[in-house]
Amino acid sequence: MAGPNKHEFIEKNVGWMIILIIVTVAIGGLVEIVPLFFQKSTTTPVAGLKPYDPVRLAGRDIYIREGCYNCHSQMIRPFRAETERYGHYSVAGEFVYDHPFQWGSKRTGPDLARVGERYSDQWHRVHLLNPRDVVPESNMPAYYWLDRPVYAGDIEAKMTALTKVGVPYSAEEIAGAKKALEGKTEIEVLIAYLQGMGTQLKSVK
Amino acid sequence: MSDFDSGFWSIYVQGLTALSILFCAYILYANTIKKESGPVETHGNVWDEDLAEYNNPLPSWWMWLFWITIVFSVVYLAVYPGFGNNAGVFKWSSVESAPGEKDGQYYKEMRAADQKYGPIFEKYAKMDLKAVAADPEARAMGERLFLTYCAQCHGSAAQGAKGFPNLTDSDWLYGGEPEVIKTTITGGRNGVMPPFGHLGADTIKDVANYVRSLSGLANDGLRAQRGKDVFAQNCAACHGPEGKGMFALGAPNLTDKVWLYGSSEATIAETVTGGRSNRMPAFEEFLGDAKVHLLSAYVLGLSSGAK
Repeated sequence: MAGPNKHEFIEKNVGWMIILIIVTVAIGGLVEIVPLFFQKSTTTPVAGLKPYDPVRLAGRDIYIREGCYNCHSQMIRPFRAETERYGHYSVAGEFVYDHPFQWGSKRTGPDLARVGERYSDQWHRVHLLNPRDVVPESNMPAYYWLDRPVYAGDIEAKMTALTKVGVPYSAEEIAGAKKALEGKTEIEVLIAYLQGMGTQLKSVK
Repeated sequence: MSDFDSGFWSIYVQGLTALSILFCAYILYANTIKKESGPVETHGNVWDEDLAEYNNPLPSWWMWLFWITIVFSVVYLAVYPGFGNNAGVFKWSSVESAPGEKDGQYYKEMRAADQKYGPIFEKYAKMDLKAVAADPEARAMGERLFLTYCAQCHGSAAQGAKGFPNLTDSDWLYGGEPEVIKTTITGGRNGVMPPFGHLGADTIKDVANYVRSLSGLANDGLRAQRGKDVFAQNCAACHGPEGKGMFALGAPNLTDKVWLYGSSEATIAETVTGGRSNRMPAFEEFLGDAKVHLLSAYVLGLSSGAK
């Protein structure tokens, strides 16, 4: 019975205990997560997918700031009940420029992965400012403060940071980012983000 | 389906997985001790003068549960995908076993549903819209479709909202003929009223009063009189000389009691100054003809009830 001696060694050497715990816990991630960075379907963008332009990127940040992900997922699972309502199921290649992705984990509201072009800009405007104006039954909060100028001060820094994790922005795109946001309001950029969502696979049957 | 950049990753996953399972098995084996007769040993530690702990083996049912998890993982990895590139004995996949192969669980589910519901949709797709609208089963199907795809803008009772038409009345922007309703849902509509801010605030107030006079609403007679000419020059092209609207352009009838954005002088002035722009999305690509047909019949049924 070799057990007890080794047990005693680990129990009485905290340094070794920490190292062995880290190794044990890391195995799951090493097997299940790391290989995904080297898989074609998770690293190749789907046809037609482009990095977020400055306007949509700023809109995406407002989506994150307002915590939309708390109630809305962006992940249509491959079940008939979901694709009938939302459209084609989500594929990994749609999210290669999402850092971090907004898949979410809970649906108090509907999934938004393919909300792009589903409603008019006008609908989104009314709905964001007060959802009850168009959907009386809605329990979504009103985001009535969004009709104000969007902060553009850090858009270049954000885009530069994203190039570090593999989003292919060119130097000209980054240089023109501030100009693109000039005169835009928060609600405009948020709607631009929403209207571009999931449109690449929209027509795939 | 796995599509790793190189064969290494499959071996990497298989190696680590197999090692982990073997290691767990070793730990279980190494910790299995037989209970011997005679006095039980203690762990050797003594607390509070005389408190010691017996070194009994784990209950055997407990050990068996651990062994069962190991057997389960081996069987699972043999039949389902997960062990590197191994597709598993069942060849199961959620959507596609290989790019373009529509053979996964999702597509099987879709095909089964098509077989079950396809004939029902087909039956109604062949029928005339008016006949479908009169069919109670079709109406129930149409209502469920409406609540899923249309209620967000038109409301769950099709009552509409500011800027989004009420579908239960008999007033139409583009026409209420069965085929026109279907065209609207199929291809969508772009409702655009250009802005007339250049007319100046005072003139716009005149026009607003004239527009209110068309449907018999309270108005400033003098302003309405002045607004009449302005209307003829700027608005009649779309709304018609009498303000009765034009289906071809989706220009609303201004002489009735139905207002898309509101009938107050201020709201009309806002509409004239800034214009209005809204869109009904096209649904053919998303829903397909059969569902659009059912929806058209449902919408038709809503308004014929109001007549």
